[in-house]
Amino acid sequence: MSEQYTVIGTRPPRVDAPAKVTGQAVFATDVVLPGMLHGKILRSPHAHARIRRLDTRRAEALPGVRAVVTAQDLPAARDITRRLGEGAINFKFMCDNTLASDKVLYVGHAVAAVAADEPHIAEQALDLIEVEYEPLPAVVDILQAIAAEAPLLHPTLHTRSLAGVSERPSNLAAHYQAIKGNPAQGFAQADVIVEREFRTQTVHQGYLEPHASVAFWGPDGIITIYTCTQGAFAVRDAVAELLQYPQAKIVVIPTEVGGAFGGKNTSYFDVVAALLSRQAGRPVRIVMSRAEVLQATGPSSGTVIRVKVGATCDGRLTAAQAELYYEAGAYPGSPVGSGMHVMFAPYDIPNGQLDGYDVLVNKPRISSYRAPGATPACFAAEAVMDELAEKLGLDPLEFRLRNCAREGTRNIDGSTHGHIGARQVIEAAQKHPHYTTPLEGANRGRGVAIGYWGNWGSISSCTIGVNADGTVNLLLGSVDVSGTRTSLAMQAAEVLGLPLDKVHPTVGNTAQVGYTEVSAGSRTTFATGQAVIRAAQAVIEQMRARAADLWNVPVEEVDFERGVFYTGHDDRQTMSFADLAAQLNQTGGPITGVGNLDAQNWGAGFGLHIADVEVDPETGQVNILRYTAIQDVGRAIHPTEVEGQIQGGAVQGIGWALWEGYRYDANGQMLNPTLLDYKMPTALDLPPIEAVLVQETYPHHPFGLRGVGETPIVPPPGALANAIYRATGARMSELPMTPEYILRQMKVL
Amino acid sequence: MEKHKVRATINGRQTEFLCYPHQSLLECLRDILGLTGAKEGCNDGNCGACSVLLDGRLVNSCLVLGVEVDGHSVTTIEGLADWRGLHPLQEAFIREDALQCGYCTPGMLMAAKALLDRTPNPNEQEIRTWLAGNLCRCTGYDKIVRAVHAAAAQMQEENNL
Amino acid sequence: MARVQIPSLLRPLVNGQEMVTAEGRTLGEVIAALEVAYPGIAARLCEGGELSPQLTAWIDGRPARRGLREPLGAESQVQFLPAMGGG
Repeated sequence: MSEQYTVIGTRPPRVDAPAKVTGQAVFATDVVLPGMLHGKILRSPHAHARIRRLDTRRAEALPGVRAVVTAQDLPAARDITRRLGEGAINFKFMCDNTLASDKVLYVGHAVAAVAADEPHIAEQALDLIEVEYEPLPAVVDILQAIAAEAPLLHPTLHTRSLAGVSERPSNLAAHYQAIKGNPAQGFAQADVIVEREFRTQTVHQGYLEPHASVAFWGPDGIITIYTCTQGAFAVRDAVAELLQYPQAKIVVIPTEVGGAFGGKNTSYFDVVAALLSRQAGRPVRIVMSRAEVLQATGPSSGTVIRVKVGATCDGRLTAAQAELYYEAGAYPGSPVGSGMHVMFAPYDIPNGQLDGYDVLVNKPRISSYRAPGATPACFAAEAVMDELAEKLGLDPLEFRLRNCAREGTRNIDGSTHGHIGARQVIEAAQKHPHYTTPLEGANRGRGVAIGYWGNWGSISSCTIGVNADGTVNLLLGSVDVSGTRTSLAMQAAEVLGLPLDKVHPTVGNTAQVGYTEVSAGSRTTFATGQAVIRAAQAVIEQMRARAADLWNVPVEEVDFERGVFYTGHDDRQTMSFADLAAQLNQTGGPITGVGNLDAQNWGAGFGLHIADVEVDPETGQVNILRYTAIQDVGRAIHPTEVEGQIQGGAVQGIGWALWEGYRYDANGQMLNPTLLDYKMPTALDLPPIEAVLVQETYPHHPFGLRGVGETPIVPPPGALANAIYRATGARMSELPMTPEYILRQMKVL
Repeated sequence: MEKHKVRATINGRQTEFLCYPHQSLLECLRDILGLTGAKEGCNDGNCGACSVLLDGRLVNSCLVLGVEVDGHSVTTIEGLADWRGLHPLQEAFIREDALQCGYCTPGMLMAAKALLDRTPNPNEQEIRTWLAGNLCRCTGYDKIVRAVHAAAAQMQEENNL
Repeated sequence: MARVQIPSLLRPLVNGQEMVTAEGRTLGEVIAALEVAYPGIAARLCEGGELSPQLTAWIDGRPARRGLREPLGAESQVQFLPAMGGG
């Protein structure tokens, strides 16, 4: 990398760190408005039932109750499907998921809401709401849900696919298929074939901050909403659509977000809080309990995945095939398409077939979780690739290198790789001390896995305002869920030639800044970064004109470099950014720069993880001895933040691999809706996570960066499954790989 | 339902407040005293986001009733630093980038403080064991452990001067 | 002349072909042209006058942002992939 940067690549403290370490950062539940009421939501105790009767009168009569709403209070949503947040959402389904109308489809499905002077009065009021349910049979297993006599969640919903619409209604909402080459012929050419079936449980994003929202429907008709979200505009548009209300009159103010990971792209009760506020004439705050978060917000899909892969004896893949069954939950829209896309993406395979199935079950409708759809698919693929490599007598990394995808490689789903770093992360792993140091000792094993995520670009807006003292304000349309306000300020500072502490970033609300897509898909530093660069360049262009004016020269003769404007050769004049900024109001008025774009050509990310484990042969407990996560990140704008993303994502993947999973009984009751029994990793469960940044400039961003946040959650289950195999001799085909499961696979239990 | 009067020392200040008998210390801190640094993550003692010190002892404030602290002293994140400067732990968290979303951070800092009050020079295993009651979903704990180490070293140095 | 890759589930509708050509300056025009040659294909690809939200169109190897309004070059390659999302 030949360019020398001043700010890019350094490790300054996060802009938001002082507020967070002193407890002063404002999260949605910290917001208090005068006269604020407390809202609570009544939720279905049944996984599947018709609502026969709903009577809220006794709740309304309780002293201290100021408002009660049900589905009757929602204007009927038009039955249209449009992109919102991410993915396709049917607005009628969204309406029903906000407040159930005729049926409830999962335990925790919202049925009514109240607002009261105090939280305990609101809770008492819920008990006074009379609901008569007619329970229906529930289905919570993917394969049972698509069996012949399964109870139907939506009796008018038919399977949609490119083959047409199914004759009969079904819980199979969609079937996708992709074929490359001739799979039958490819398998016929193979010397070794491995075929396995895998099952993974539903897992939750596990953000520590429950959903919370404070809404005020003012007498002036302006609806103000403070909410924790990944996208203020996504919330605004959802509320506008559900209320049939003008977008400009809804102001969504995004608060600090206490973790999101995709789970806060969806607006659950912002509109409910707004409706309660309208009735009561006062602000209303609704906060979810942890049990509500686990039972009634979108987790990620549980899956069944069948894989078959073949290779010749010299280690070349000839064919790959997979059937992916993904739970969508109560409404269609699992990320099975993404699962199909990433499944064999690290490999160059001449023949293949992928079939993806989007399945309805009586569970909450899934929501995105960090590389949605990728982790289960990678687990299945990497376990099979590992077995194949072993049967061929090849080192796992050598096998992957031999079949590695490169720029121009066509995936089975038809997409083509751009500029990627798959080969680079494998080679970095081969040379890394973790891999070159032998692992010794009984019951120990080492596993590797390579994972892929495509990332995203899309729409961003920002504004830069120049102050007379040479500082600038940067107003961002992107919510900061990962440290982007700092990495975006760094990009502005670099372009403007200013030290970072002269650039002050603020996350804007929907009334202040242009439409910006959710902070998701690892898009923010990449896409909003380009908006920031454009805004900074616009500032410089305008300031050049002012300098030209002051120097009385044509603007073409004014240049700008590293924070200094200059003109002339023999008779050179210079002016610093700050000196020129001081004169703006006298030379024509304020200068602001706007950056808007729909970013294209985003770069994908590959991660290669190496895990060493020791498995206790009596208890099945897994102790991770060493863990290394290698990832191609393009240029790291803020290397420490990038390391943090890799470490955090890897640990979520480790939790997914070893401990996390929803457990349901046959009636669709979740058995572990607490953080005691939904077990996420603690500091004691983990070793240090070494993050290795492979930095090669990515050509389609001015600073050469790629999105980084999602890729690290993809490889861990595959790497750990392969390590556990080597430690125990037992192949893993389920997640989570709990001690009990491991002992059963070892035939000890 | 009647409210009870509670007199306690909160962050070094004599404080009086009224609360219902069923309200947890966490609710009292946040909703009555305006000390919103302690956070609710689970409300049943399983995440540590509400960690505070009660008479110097680390507790989950969601598991303590407000009325229980009558006559006792409570330290929250807001009491860790004042206008003169941040606590070495807070400085170390910033320097080592031991936070991302910041939701677990107040509780994590109080737990780390409780550790260093007892064990001024903890090793990695001791740090990880002591922090096992504080969930973090963003960082993977790596930089948090480093920050606690760094803060311990800095505090040792300051004590030795 | 756009070259349209036909997903496997649509091939019965186009006599088994893996790739067909069609004229059009936008994706919408190409699909309309395909509908003339292979009646019923538009209903599979579109919903409510827009590209089906279950699909993303890829033009010359890159996802199309503007749906049916996406402009095509003289010899653009068109593919239909399942829609994907991020978190």
